Amino acid sequence: MKPTHLFQAEQLVAGYENKTVIHGVDLTIPSHQISVIIGSNGCGKSTLLKTLARLIKPTSGHVTLDSKPISKFPAKALARIIGLLPQSPIVPEGISVADLVGRGRFPHQKMFGSWSKKDYEAVAEAMTIMDITQFANHNIDELSGGQRQRVWIAMALAQQTDILFLDEPTTFLDITYQVEILDLLTDLNRKHGTTIVMVLHDINLSARYADHIFALHTGKLVAEGTPAEVVTSERVKEIFGLDCTVIEDPISGSPLVVPKGRYHGGGVTV
Amino acid sequence: MSQAAIEFIQAGRRQRHRRWFIVTSLLAIIAVGLCCAMLVLGNTIYPLGDVIRALSGEKIKGVSFAVSTIRLPRMLAGLFAGFAFGVAGYTFQTILRNPLANPNVIGITSGASAAAVFCIVILHASNAVISIASVVAGLITVIFIYILSRGKVFSIGRLILIGIGIQAMLDAVISYLLLISAQQDIPSALRWLTGSLNGSQMRELPPLIIIVLICSPLIIGLSKHLSILELGEQSAFSLGVNTDRTRIALIVSSVCMVAIATATTGPIAFVSFLAGPIAKRLVGVGSSNIMPAGLVGVNLVLAADLIGQFAFEYRFPVGIITGLLGAPYLIFLLIRMNQKGEL
Repeated sequence: MKPTHLFQAEQLVAGYENKTVIHGVDLTIPSHQISVIIGSNGCGKSTLLKTLARLIKPTSGHVTLDSKPISKFPAKALARIIGLLPQSPIVPEGISVADLVGRGRFPHQKMFGSWSKKDYEAVAEAMTIMDITQFANHNIDELSGGQRQRVWIAMALAQQTDILFLDEPTTFLDITYQVEILDLLTDLNRKHGTTIVMVLHDINLSARYADHIFALHTGKLVAEGTPAEVVTSERVKEIFGLDCTVIEDPISGSPLVVPKGRYHGGGVTV
Repeated sequence: MSQAAIEFIQAGRRQRHRRWFIVTSLLAIIAVGLCCAMLVLGNTIYPLGDVIRALSGEKIKGVSFAVSTIRLPRMLAGLFAGFAFGVAGYTFQTILRNPLANPNVIGITSGASAAAVFCIVILHASNAVISIASVVAGLITVIFIYILSRGKVFSIGRLILIGIGIQAMLDAVISYLLLISAQQDIPSALRWLTGSLNGSQMRELPPLIIIVLICSPLIIGLSKHLSILELGEQSAFSLGVNTDRTRIALIVSSVCMVAIATATTGPIAFVSFLAGPIAKRLVGVGSSNIMPAGLVGVNLVLAADLIGQFAFEYRFPVGIITGLLGAPYLIFLLIRMNQKGEL
């Protein structure tokens, strides 16, 4: 089981050159749980994730790990605790799947030298979890989109961090692969206790897989809690500006958003 | 987790390592062969035994002078410049993730050349001054291109186009300097149009050798970091690489090598552009290709120089031969990238 960490943001303000995107967010990431950040396009959910994962420096406020600002950690030491899967990772040319997954071992390795026994074990374990061992010696160029996504997650797993951030890990994937990836991440969380924080686009999949949801609206945290607490028709109206009915998901029992539109339940009759 | 999975991964890695080792060794053997050929061949062909004895200090009539004054400096200039171009070109192409992004195409060699020509024909400066001026000019060119191409969002495509533009400007400067130069300076300055090993002298070589011996181990030492940088800014950062510092260290070392090599031999066309892709093709999937790229650079320069010297009735400088090889590849690459929509 992974160690418990206290990961917090205090009065976080962040953004790009002259545009503030995140306006004073306070939050605590629940350890050993799956948290999902939801919100409409442009609400700053990806910026929040990147700021938490130290890719963006906050304009003010802090991100702290065990009460110490993350900027105070040495880069490599922090990379052994926090991992990130970017939204669109760059595929290097002409590299084998195993070697790519092995690059996740960088923060554990010395400057020189070959892979240690631990490196091999971590890579094999990550590839087994993601079910890509059979592709180990293939060129990454030969893999499909869904397979590649599993390779990227395996790379993040080989990093063996206690906390893993994922920026829309299911975008561009068919629904089958979306469910598969989210199941694999749940395996990881349940078996190893890895704290997972991700941005997801699909509110219904978020409600199904999340233990904890952070709802963001115009750069402010407007609600947080279990899916049942956050995903209600009033909240969805507030966060997404969408009229909807929330019913119980017949499979998982989690809240299921059924949207209304002008043609369906919105008063317009054909 | 199964032992079988570990063994499967290990076996694959071992196989890739073996291929890397074989390719690198073969390239090294070919390089040694070409070095010997550079010493043996010439107006008169001397047996290798005589050449070795002459190099170890024995005075052999005719041989000693030709070998140590003409052929050895020529060979060493080609060896070190080729290695510098190969390693630096590969490093640039990997950092910027684009085969077009190399010192030869984006004007860094032209910057170093322009400085060298200016020092020779206008200032009549010493070798040391020429070397330093070339390195400084190379670094200024990089900074200038970077600032111009920064914009709101950094774009490699823009960097390459601006680099090509700057290269054209600097080449015009070189031509202008050659036109206004004194008659007696032209032969030595002409080297900076195409790159040539003709007339290489022993006293010109120390700066090149020293810089290559300092910078290439540094780059090889950072090869793991380079392979992480290749994954892009965000991944590299979250794997604990200080991306800015690493990139600057790699680029400064590469520019120093390219500039000093250019100051010594002129911008031997396309070597830094070709070496990386050839090495990658030879080594195959997934390894660090810095060393193979350097060796491919050496082999390209030495082989092209031998071809230029002996294959035709007229003696061509090495840069003409590498240019003949490189230009078609550049066109091929442009067509392919255009088809894939990468341009």
